[in-house]
Amino acid sequence: MGMQVFHRSTNVISRVTIFGGLFAVVGALFLLAAINRSPWATRQGIAREQPVQFSHRHHAGELGIDCRYCHTTVEDLAYAGMPTTQTCMTCHVQIWSDSEFLEPVRASWRDEKPIRWIKVYDLPGYVYFDHSVHVNKGVGCQSCHGDVDDMNVLWQNPSLHMEWCLGCHREPEQHLRPRDQVFSMSYHPPADQLSLGLQLLAEYDVRPRTECGACHR
Amino acid sequence: MLSPRARQAWRRGLFVCAALLAVGCRNDMQDQPRYEPNSPSQFFPDGTSVRPLVEGVVSRSERFESPEIETGLIDGKPIDRVPLPVDLAFLERGRQRYGIYCTPCHGGLGDGDGMIVQRGYRRPPSFHEERLRSMPDGHFYDVIVRGFGVMPSYRAQVRTNDRWAIVAYIRALQLSQNASLDDVPEAERGTLQASAGGAR
Ligand code: HEC
Ligand code: HEC
Ligand code: HEC
Ligand code: HEC
Ligand code: HEC
Ligand code: HEC
Repeated sequence: MGMQVFHRSTNVISRVTIFGGLFAVVGALFLLAAINRSPWATRQGIAREQPVQFSHRHHAGELGIDCRYCHTTVEDLAYAGMPTTQTCMTCHVQIWSDSEFLEPVRASWRDEKPIRWIKVYDLPGYVYFDHSVHVNKGVGCQSCHGDVDDMNVLWQNPSLHMEWCLGCHREPEQHLRPRDQVFSMSYHPPADQLSLGLQLLAEYDVRPRTECGACHR
Repeated sequence: MLSPRARQAWRRGLFVCAALLAVGCRNDMQDQPRYEPNSPSQFFPDGTSVRPLVEGVVSRSERFESPEIETGLIDGKPIDRVPLPVDLAFLERGRQRYGIYCTPCHGGLGDGDGMIVQRGYRRPPSFHEERLRSMPDGHFYDVIVRGFGVMPSYRAQVRTNDRWAIVAYIRALQLSQNASLDDVPEAERGTLQASAGGAR
């Protein structure tokens, strides 16, 4: 008969430490995943202050200026294009030309120094994205950027996680709209989006790729 | 006291953890050392990486066929006709581009009553006044490229072919606002009269 060195209660303690440790590791992994998806990491839904109090709600919504007046290359290039100071000045040489909110714009015009807008949407450098292909195949600005015409200050609408891109690349028919509605912010998808989507899928020959090389090239 | 083997295992474990941590902190792939469009630059005094365009430069993706297509002028005089083939698709394109770049001031009908004018911008002349109806096509093109009076140039926003498409569409607008029933093909007159009656 050997001597009992440990008390019976140590059985519990040893189980707790083993399983507790496992639990802590798994919990930490879950926590990491949750942080990775939180707005703190993705910046989703967080309004970004800009050097000029420019409002999309005012310009694109109330005044009804087309996105392409300012984002001129969105149909032709990967890059949507940002308005130059000259584009703002097409109107603001005359309109509200003494507003203090516009002083940074006038300063940029005088000194020929571009305005430094804070980027709202920023994919990592290892991801390739192209606006023109999406816009020309019937994906609306609204589907990715949200109700821009209702935002005074912009925020990032989707998470921009890979699963978000893939979600649509796997089921584009859920999101397609007629080409002439791509720039519209008041378009409402029909009750039967699926049949419209499938029809447009065939008509525009939409075949989004899901293999890695499509976006990581 | 740990056995030498256990100590080695610990050391390996720590090394792997440290390596993982170090990898996790680097963002080289995220922010790669290259310029993206509109990235700032320390190299040029104005702080931008994109260089301003040289005067008169033409985009490589546009055909440069002749100076009159590019400027709308021959010897400084506006050319009479749109120098590109005009068909329905061209006019549709013109209508779309006109809608984006010109309606804010000139209004959908071209009468100078756009949204921005209603907010206090100088009122442009109506395209339907006699002087502008009798101007050659090249004049409209030249106004887009170089601006006119207080109207700024739209050269940077509208490309060559689209400028001509807009000119063709403005001509169509002018026709439409000065048309009589005789200009409508006979077969269509009935439906037009019916819808006009309905609107009233
Ligand atoms: C009068 C010019 C103007 C118009 C019209 C306009 N924008 Fe913008 N847009 C800007 C400016 C200036 C910024 C940068 C400041 C900001 O982010 O608010 C911007 C930024 C953006 C951004 C964020 C870019 C980034 O990553 O930083 C998106 C997305 C965008 N616009 C979409 C649209 C859409 C969609 C429309 C049409 C409904 C539109 N814009 C119409 C001027 C304009
Ligand atoms: C097509 C004409 C047009 C363009 C282009 C335009 N704006 Fe405006 N903007 C307006 C009008 C009209 C108003 C306000 C008029 C009103 O409220 O009655 C305005 C108002 C503003 C105001 C608010 C001024 C105040 O005192 O409240 C700011 C700031 C502004 N714009 C910035 C910009 C910037 C920056 C750009 C370029 C990216 C730009 N705008 C391009 C027409 C334009
Ligand atoms: C399929 C989704 C999608 C659609 C549709 C889309 N965008 Fe974007 N947009 C993005 C993403 C993703 C970025 C960030 C790109 C990057 O960081 O490389 C972006 C960036 C931008 C930017 C910043 C400049 C740039 O290119 O990085 C502007 C401006 C913009 N979008 C405007 C628009 C407008 C206007 C439309 C509609 C004509 C539109 N976008 C349609 C996903 C989309
Ligand atoms: C709402 C739907 C939607 C979302 C969201 C979306 N895409 Fe797409 N994407 C499409 C469609 C539709 C096409 C066109 C496929 C075709 O060419 O027929 C496309 C095409 C592409 C292409 C061109 C592939 C080729 O054929 O060369 C790239 C690259 C791409 N997407 C990247 C992205 C990235 C990166 C994201 C996320 C930041 C994204 N897309 C989000 C719908 C979407
Ligand atoms: C439709 C576009 C698209 C396709 C296809 C795609 N990716 Fe991605 N991938 C992305 C985007 C966007 C990100 C950036 C996610 C972020 O910043 O959170 C990303 C990020 C990643 C990352 C970095 C880790 C992460 O998730 O942030 C890895 C690894 C990766 N992708 C591997 C792959 C592999 C392997 C494939 C093929 C099976 C693939 N990707 C296909 C768009 C795509
Ligand atoms: C920001 C407001 C604004 C926009 C946008 C605008 N214009 Fe004008 N336009 C004016 C004003 C103001 C005048 C009157 C200029 C003057 O007489 O000093 C004018 C005058 C004209 C004239 C008459 C020139 C003459 O001989 O009297 C033509 C033609 C014209 N614009 C064409 C266009 C076209 C084409 C577009 C679109 C590409 C356009 N404009 C966009 C404000 C604008």
